[in-house]
Amino acid sequence: MSDHVVPVRVYLAVFAALMVLTGLTVAVWRMDLGVFATPVALGIAMLKAVLVILYFMHVKYNDKLTKLVAASGFFFLVILFGITILDYWARGRLNPETRLPGAVHLEDK
Amino acid sequence: MTTTSTGAERRNYLNASEGLLSWLLTTDHKRIAILYLISVTFMFFLGGFFAAGVRLELLTPRGDLLEADTYNKFFTLHGVFMVFFVLIPAIPAILGNFLIPLMIGARDLAFPRINLLSWYIYVLGAAFTIVAMISGGVDTGWTFYTPYSTIYSNSAVLTAGVGIFITGFSSILTGLNFIVTIHKMRAPGLTWFRLPLFVWAHYATSLIQILGTPVVAVTVLMVAAERAFHLGFFDPRVGGDPVLFQHLFWFYSHPAVYIMILPAMGVISELVTAFSRKRIFGYPVVAISSLSIAVVGFLVWGHHMYVAGQSAYAGMVFSFLSFLVAIPSAIKTFNWTATLYKGSISWQAPMLYVIGFLGLFTVGGLTGIFLASMGLDVHVHDTYFVVAHFHYIMVGGAIMAYMGGLHFWWPKMTGRMYPEWWARVSAVLVFIGFNATFFPQFLLGYLGMPRRYHAYVGEFQVLNVFSTAGASVLGVGYLLPMVYFLWSLKYGEVVGDNPFGAKGLEWQTSSPPPVENFPEQPRVTEEAYAYSESEVGHA
Amino acid sequence: MPEAALQHGHGEEQADGHAQTHPRFAHHFESLENQKESASLGMWVFLAQEVMFFGGLFMAYILYRNLYHGAFEYGSHLLNWKLGFFNTIVLIGSSVTMAMAVHSAALGQRTRIVGWLLATILLGSVFLGVKVVEYTEKFHHNLVPGETFGLPYEGMDPHHAMPDNMRRPTQVYYSLYFAMTGLHALHMIIGIPILAGIAWFAHKGEYSARFHTPVELVGLYWHFVDIVWIFLFPLLYLIH
Repeated sequence: MSDHVVPVRVYLAVFAALMVLTGLTVAVWRMDLGVFATPVALGIAMLKAVLVILYFMHVKYNDKLTKLVAASGFFFLVILFGITILDYWARGRLNPETRLPGAVHLEDK
Repeated sequence: MTTTSTGAERRNYLNASEGLLSWLLTTDHKRIAILYLISVTFMFFLGGFFAAGVRLELLTPRGDLLEADTYNKFFTLHGVFMVFFVLIPAIPAILGNFLIPLMIGARDLAFPRINLLSWYIYVLGAAFTIVAMISGGVDTGWTFYTPYSTIYSNSAVLTAGVGIFITGFSSILTGLNFIVTIHKMRAPGLTWFRLPLFVWAHYATSLIQILGTPVVAVTVLMVAAERAFHLGFFDPRVGGDPVLFQHLFWFYSHPAVYIMILPAMGVISELVTAFSRKRIFGYPVVAISSLSIAVVGFLVWGHHMYVAGQSAYAGMVFSFLSFLVAIPSAIKTFNWTATLYKGSISWQAPMLYVIGFLGLFTVGGLTGIFLASMGLDVHVHDTYFVVAHFHYIMVGGAIMAYMGGLHFWWPKMTGRMYPEWWARVSAVLVFIGFNATFFPQFLLGYLGMPRRYHAYVGEFQVLNVFSTAGASVLGVGYLLPMVYFLWSLKYGEVVGDNPFGAKGLEWQTSSPPPVENFPEQPRVTEEAYAYSESEVGHA
Repeated sequence: MPEAALQHGHGEEQADGHAQTHPRFAHHFESLENQKESASLGMWVFLAQEVMFFGGLFMAYILYRNLYHGAFEYGSHLLNWKLGFFNTIVLIGSSVTMAMAVHSAALGQRTRIVGWLLATILLGSVFLGVKVVEYTEKFHHNLVPGETFGLPYEGMDPHHAMPDNMRRPTQVYYSLYFAMTGLHALHMIIGIPILAGIAWFAHKGEYSARFHTPVELVGLYWHFVDIVWIFLFPLLYLIH
């Protein structure tokens, strides 16, 4: 672990950025970007997470091993999500009996 | 520097301090390993009791010994105790805990107090699960499939779930400890590619423990929340998908089987080199294969779900990946066999377990390929074919390796040698009993006998009787070591540092080792398993 | 054939010559530096595990949001996004104070460590207080999954009654809402006493520029808890 002391101004800058991004998250929501709404919201959240990881958690100043460990958690999460989603996306495409019950929408009364 | 017969009389980790509290509050990895040895052995016999109940019931086609619900509880508890309380912890928490610091020339693991905590967590989890057993048992199968486990079962699902959740953290903490220890506490000169393969195997295992166990932990929590608080995750009545449970459950439980077998493979690498007095064939490949198994093992869980309603596309992906994951295991088997070739073989008890492992693991592994193939699995899923497959790996593989390792390192751990003749008899009994128990089950499954039923059609009886007879022999094969290991503590031959003349840092210190493991920190200058032609074998 | 040679190796040649005399040095390590690196690695490995722990719930969320998007929208609209927004600011603020606490520890400023840690505890408690308010409201509005879910409550505007076709899938949404925010809150409930303990030790002068590992470790944990909320806020409160 490095004994690098991060200057306070870095923390303040990151704090400001996080505030802006949080406000942006809400603004984007009010704007209603349709199909882009979710990717943008997730993208902003990921950006905020990366800022916290790099600067508050000091990963930017740490050794490669720490960076690898930090990344590995998310990598395996992607595996869990990715292949499970593959299953649900593909249900009913080859064998109809596995098709899922229909989704519920606000308009159906 | 050699100490011959005075290792046990000198100050060592066993006699360094006295009294129950000095054991219950120890932070010495060697003592913690012994604590685990005692508790895991207890759980093994508890799980074995339920297996005996199952095999007794299956002597006759009718369900006449146990009622259906009771039978369900028997196979569930057999599975729960054996999987979570024996197979997952046994080699890592006993042999791994004891040997890893010794093998890397360290004084202890990175976090000794967390090590002790992980044992207490194990005991607490076991206590909860035993309470579940006493308060009526669990009848869902160790796989806890929903919605039966969340809505319809009237058994102690919550209590058992809590017990398993708690024990999961024992596994996680052990893995955490090993990863940090192996990264940060290797002796000078001990580079990664000089490490014993036992250490590589445990490193890979620890990766799985860290990344997989939390998923089943949160899943068990979700089951408990659904059962206790009516939250809806898997409940079809509110639109939940029961198959989601299976995805989350098997995401851990498939890698879990690699938690069970990788350490066993590590033991085999140590034993096969020591008892053929040869370097391992293809060291770097065997080392990397452990990591490959750990990573690829996370990609194949859906092969448990081919007939559960999973999409066929996902099934095909999982099937392909499942074929791939067999490759590193096969590579290891080839390399162990190549190590034996032209080696100077000695047939002591640990080596008998190795040979047994090589044959049985191969059968289990190959039948895994059968099951990876969707077309075949559709027919044998939930039959005794599957039961036979995983018992070949878990018992014929992992438990055999564990027994081999326990014998090999027993003199190091206790300063006493086990009785060689009795040990060989037990090894042979286990091999014969095992095959008699489980080979018929391949046939039974292929013929169509389903698993998890207390009754079956009459034409399956002969094979079932054969299987139960085999199980009795197997049971004797496991009871004998209990007796003679205990006997050896008082009457076994006192040994010196290195009774087998094996390579490895653990053999460079006394048997039993001193509390601090090494009087001075070792410095490593040679590769692992650096046996030469001039080494004289110890008979 | 040379055996593994034995030699003295106690890290005495370290630049930090007094490593072994630090009261918190654990002697199974070769040096204080080794000990600090190990502790940090250990915490990161633990956090990787935590990512997977929450991951199971996020997986369920991803599935059900796609299956029942209408119900997720509907359920989300019943949440108070302003409280969620406020809580997000508060929690990020607590991450800043936590980072400042670590900063002060690295500079050996004893009183400031305590101050920043207390600020972190305060902000964390505010967060939890808001969650209590939110949960209580859900309880009174019959939004807790179970027998009473979706039933009309006293004082409800009849126009706001839950449509029949929403009742079942919205229960899935609220199951996830309570499980995810509940698990998150539990992590904070565990974290705050630990912060308090670290603050106490800081007050006693246990930490210095040379050794303040516990402050760093609890900081890593706290930032992780913040990151989980950074995802929970848009995913639960800001749907559509």
